[in-house]
Amino acid sequence: MVGQPLIRFRNVNKWYGSLHVLRDIDLTVRDGERVVICGPSGSGKSTAIYLINGLQDYQQGEVEVAGIRLREADGTAHDIRRHVGMVFQQFNLFPHLSVLENCCLAPRKVLGLPRQEAEARAMEELARVRIADQAQKYPGQLSGGQQQRVAIARSLCMHPRIMLFDEPTSALDPEMVGEVLEAMRDLARRGVTMICVTHEMGFARAVADRIVLMEAGRIVEDAPPARFFDPSQQSPRVRAFLENILA
Amino acid sequence: MLSDTQPQGQPHGSSRPPPVGQVHPPLRRALLWIWTNLFGSVWNSVLTLVVLWLLFVIGRGMLGWLVLDARTAPATLRECIDAGGACWAFLQDKWRLILFGTYPHEQHWRPALALALFASLVIASCVPASWATVERRRWMFGIWLLGMGGVIVLMSGGFGLPEVPVRLWSGLPLTVLLAVVGMVSCFFLAILLALGRRSSMPVVRWLCIVYIEVIRGVPLISLLFMANIMTPLILPADVVVPNLVRAQIAFIMFFAAYLAEVIRGGLQAIPASQYAACKALGMGYWTSMIFVILPQALRIVIPSMVNLFIAMFKDTSLVIVISMLDLLGTANAAKADPAWMGLFMEAYFFIAVIYVLVCASMSWYSRWTERRIGSRQSRSA
Repeated sequence: MVGQPLIRFRNVNKWYGSLHVLRDIDLTVRDGERVVICGPSGSGKSTAIYLINGLQDYQQGEVEVAGIRLREADGTAHDIRRHVGMVFQQFNLFPHLSVLENCCLAPRKVLGLPRQEAEARAMEELARVRIADQAQKYPGQLSGGQQQRVAIARSLCMHPRIMLFDEPTSALDPEMVGEVLEAMRDLARRGVTMICVTHEMGFARAVADRIVLMEAGRIVEDAPPARFFDPSQQSPRVRAFLENILA
Repeated sequence: MLSDTQPQGQPHGSSRPPPVGQVHPPLRRALLWIWTNLFGSVWNSVLTLVVLWLLFVIGRGMLGWLVLDARTAPATLRECIDAGGACWAFLQDKWRLILFGTYPHEQHWRPALALALFASLVIASCVPASWATVERRRWMFGIWLLGMGGVIVLMSGGFGLPEVPVRLWSGLPLTVLLAVVGMVSCFFLAILLALGRRSSMPVVRWLCIVYIEVIRGVPLISLLFMANIMTPLILPADVVVPNLVRAQIAFIMFFAAYLAEVIRGGLQAIPASQYAACKALGMGYWTSMIFVILPQALRIVIPSMVNLFIAMFKDTSLVIVISMLDLLGTANAAKADPAWMGLFMEAYFFIAVIYVLVCASMSWYSRWTERRIGSRQSRSA
């Protein structure tokens, strides 16, 4: 199931001005792996996954995705993005396009698929997240949970090898979290490499191969769920973090 | 946050239901409405009476001038002046001069047909269904090319029609041509300028900033003078660019600078997350702009854009300073006829009606478009 290394961070450092947001990040994610990244806010976890599709740049070290060294400035990010899907905290759907058009736009304009094929693909992905019946609606007419499921389908329409999730449930009302996590669990079963920034520890326990804990720009723990959640094996930092989010 | 944005402009009930909780017959209901809304307080009653009196005075004056004291053909100048109202006989004699100006009289059907063709093109383009599919868009593009070709052939001649030099084009066709060609061209130029001004490439950005600031710093009149007087000095002697083309270019350049700033405002209102979503889907700069960013930005600026287009339509009358006769110019020419010495109100009234009709339809269309888009996107940001 888990294959070759697909994503590699080597000693990566990033600053926002004088703020040191990522410190000596070393992380390898293999093909098909599902990694959950958690940590207190401001710990750099979202920033870390924004490096994987080049939405943010870094100053030191190296990020390699599918064997390509990634730098926004070198223009390499653009080639990578069609293989890396991303789901945002705020969904970021295109409000002027219908759900179907949201899903078809990139496959048609980036991959060059003909309309029929793009629509067929879109309907297939929308059906997978159980929202095909809303295809003709506009994002503003859907609930938050529905919008986020559309956003997942939209990313999947590009048939990415890697899916990045940036706190996909934290902007949702509690009663809508379940439907989005369900869609993500389905996705996990399909063998797509997933990196997910989230505080949903139930999801992490059920789905993740590894859980990474970040604090102040550093990775302070990287363990499989069995060890991460086992009180006898976990580090004091993990215990403190878990106590904090459960409190 | 998309989902939290509430619909704006919820209608607030302005007319309260009648105070008594039972159904009244229509007349009674109307009286009740008048009583509660127009005479609800002393102050309201005074205002209502003053407004009614003003309406009466203005209405009586208008009715007198427009209808009761007005004289139509075959009234003479003398009879008109004695009657004291509008002299429609003057307009009946001069309306063709006002509409088509110095264009040869026996050829007036040509600018009339050109105007009709032009109007059909514009109206067809205003119907959203015309642009709904790719095939229709191709059709529209072809129809526009053919239509514009038709307009130019009709106006200038050829294909068996006697030739009419461009300097004789005047009146309403000139105004409409300057305005519509100006609006369409300056729209596309303005988009490029607005994108350029926000470009990450310093040279492009600075060129656009300099262009916009220089053009905005110059009055339109001086730009027209420059187009008229300086371009022949700059261009080689054997290159003759018609007055109309030079004025048209000056108009496009001038309004593109303003429109670029309007569009830039719309671009700035699009949240960075939309750009991030485009990038994350692997879309390049132009794909993102054309399909995601610009459609949203342009919708935001429809009211300011139409505002500018209305100004543009009216400002075409400035070509008078480079001795071209637009609709206002031909109205002035009409009043110069010694046979109708001293009359001018009728001519100005006539062109005012035309200006108001055109501008009102533009603003009506913009409101309609906003409503149409608003209802479709309903709750979304």
